[in-house]
Amino acid sequence: MNPELIHSLQELLKQIQGYIYPNEIEIHWGLLIVVYPYITGVVAGAFILASLVKVFNVKEVQPLYRLSLLTALAYLLVAPMALVSHLGHPERFYEILLTPQTSSAMAMFGFVYAWYLMAVLLLEIWFVHRTDMIDMAERSAGATRLLYRILSLFSKDKGERAVAFDHSALKVITIVGIPSAFLLHGYVGFIFGSIKANPWWSSVLIPIVFLFSAIVSGIALVVLLYMIITPLTGGKINMKCVDKAVDFLFYAVIVDFSLEMVDFIHRVYQSEEEIKILSEMVMNKLFASLIIIQVLLGMLVPLLLISLTKIFKKRFSLNEDMRKMVYFISVILIQFGIFATRWNVVIGGQMFSKSFRGLTTYKMEFGGIEGLLYAIALLALPIAILFVLLKVLPPWKELREEGETGTEAIGAGM
Amino acid sequence: MNGRRSFLRGFLSVLLSGGTVGGILKILPSKADAREAPPKGKKWYGFGVSIDKCIGCARCMDACKNENNVPREPFFVRTWVERYITRKNGQTTVKAIAPGDEATSESVSDKTILRSFFVPKLCNQCASPACVQVCPVGATFQTEDGVVLVNEKTCIGCRYCIQACPYGARYLHPKTHTADKCTFCYHRISQGQLPACVEVCPTQTRIFGDLNAAASPMSRFLRMNKIHTLKPGLNTEPKVFYANLDGEVR
Repeated sequence: MNPELIHSLQELLKQIQGYIYPNEIEIHWGLLIVVYPYITGVVAGAFILASLVKVFNVKEVQPLYRLSLLTALAYLLVAPMALVSHLGHPERFYEILLTPQTSSAMAMFGFVYAWYLMAVLLLEIWFVHRTDMIDMAERSAGATRLLYRILSLFSKDKGERAVAFDHSALKVITIVGIPSAFLLHGYVGFIFGSIKANPWWSSVLIPIVFLFSAIVSGIALVVLLYMIITPLTGGKINMKCVDKAVDFLFYAVIVDFSLEMVDFIHRVYQSEEEIKILSEMVMNKLFASLIIIQVLLGMLVPLLLISLTKIFKKRFSLNEDMRKMVYFISVILIQFGIFATRWNVVIGGQMFSKSFRGLTTYKMEFGGIEGLLYAIALLALPIAILFVLLKVLPPWKELREEGETGTEAIGAGM
Repeated sequence: MNGRRSFLRGFLSVLLSGGTVGGILKILPSKADAREAPPKGKKWYGFGVSIDKCIGCARCMDACKNENNVPREPFFVRTWVERYITRKNGQTTVKAIAPGDEATSESVSDKTILRSFFVPKLCNQCASPACVQVCPVGATFQTEDGVVLVNEKTCIGCRYCIQACPYGARYLHPKTHTADKCTFCYHRISQGQLPACVEVCPTQTRIFGDLNAAASPMSRFLRMNKIHTLKPGLNTEPKVFYANLDGEVR
């Protein structure tokens, strides 16, 4: 028995408002399950940004292509950690893969994840970097040489036909990749949206809202990383590229915001039996995280800031530093907003009783597996992995050179 | 040209993966009145609750905790009893009572009370259980006689079933770290005995039996009362039947 758990639940007993079923005091999906959809969202969003280059031929964001692929990989590697460590029996995780129950949305995770990792992300990254890895193997010696030989799977062909094949393979992978990225995160939304017992989750819109918030968080994160990494490595931020990426971000935030508004208005207008307890929850328990952080700071303020750069285009385009600062603040606010979105879905969905008569409270731990420290570690881990990936498969050349060709392309295209 | 061909290739692969669509069509009932019919010639267990008979003594809760090694703390329960007080101004307050609970003796001025009653709750052993549907490893399953059980040897403790249960009937056992809930005392009923809570109930509020049996306390209960189940709109088809259930109860 866990005396700490008993003690903390006893404390919570005093904070219950109204009536909840006795078993509902414990919030079962805590901070780790908030981190999980946040991370998979970044994966899907970063991949969508990468496909803007390959499928939709948005040349301006070419400098972000490799960075976003590597970001997606770094986050994807961490995603299952959050899930596995929250289990009551983490050592039985393999049961999901070996004896999955086909009717369970959660059981499909292994397959969706494996498909996305193996068939899409790793394959695309391999084809993108194949010739580079061969080059690097040729240029280096000893262990490094062996590393790149292994990474390139001992391929050596840099001939025209091989490179042409790389390109056509990439096209196919990206085209398969877009629905796969949609599948990955839409599926995470479905895990929540398909729970008919929970009116806060049970909505057909949830997978779509998850998708668009994923695109928002992914693009915002890659732009943020680009704006931090480039000056640190002695490069110059390509504003044409950032402008374009923020353009897409802007539209994605608008779609995301509209979808959430549709969901909100729909609920309020239909006003079913759970509306009273849900509005009590929003006004009391989720006011700061939903109204202030998610909607106001995470969406409306960034939308306003970015619109200002659009409205006063002439003035801001004269002043790049000003625009940079506005973008920088916006993408950081958006990250907090999307994290709050995940929080409000996951934690909010467990704070009201299914008797619709009362509310419980979530008390975040500090240490331990479900605690704040571990969650912060999980959020920092992808950055560490990305650091290693950037060392092994450096995108610097693209961040600089192709960025410049991108600038020319703009001049020609516009 | 090349782009179009690769697009088609991608599109086809998406179509092929649409085999799942066929699977979804299969689970849709073709008749509006389709129900999980009790299998003929086999036992199909159900439970009856006569709300008007319950005096809120909480012996059922006590017996259940003893019989099934349920932790003593008030937030791990397989069965519980709710007390409803509806006042003349229309307000209803609900409270879960506990064995030896001081609050059960707290009295409310008769003048303000419109009606008051107890509602025993337990796992509804649904005929189409949401918990079984969502379990990723099949650790929660329905037996041939219609009881939903948890295999604590294979449960991974993901708690998806706890989220999926509309009735709050499940909890995570703090010792085994697996999902736990009422089993209708499966170890007892498979020996021909009654569930512990039914056995100790002094007023025969709780009735248990085979829904297929022609003559039994269970079939008599279903014949003699107006019956309702909890949250029927969710289509889980509960097999815990309530007589004289008040509309306030959820």
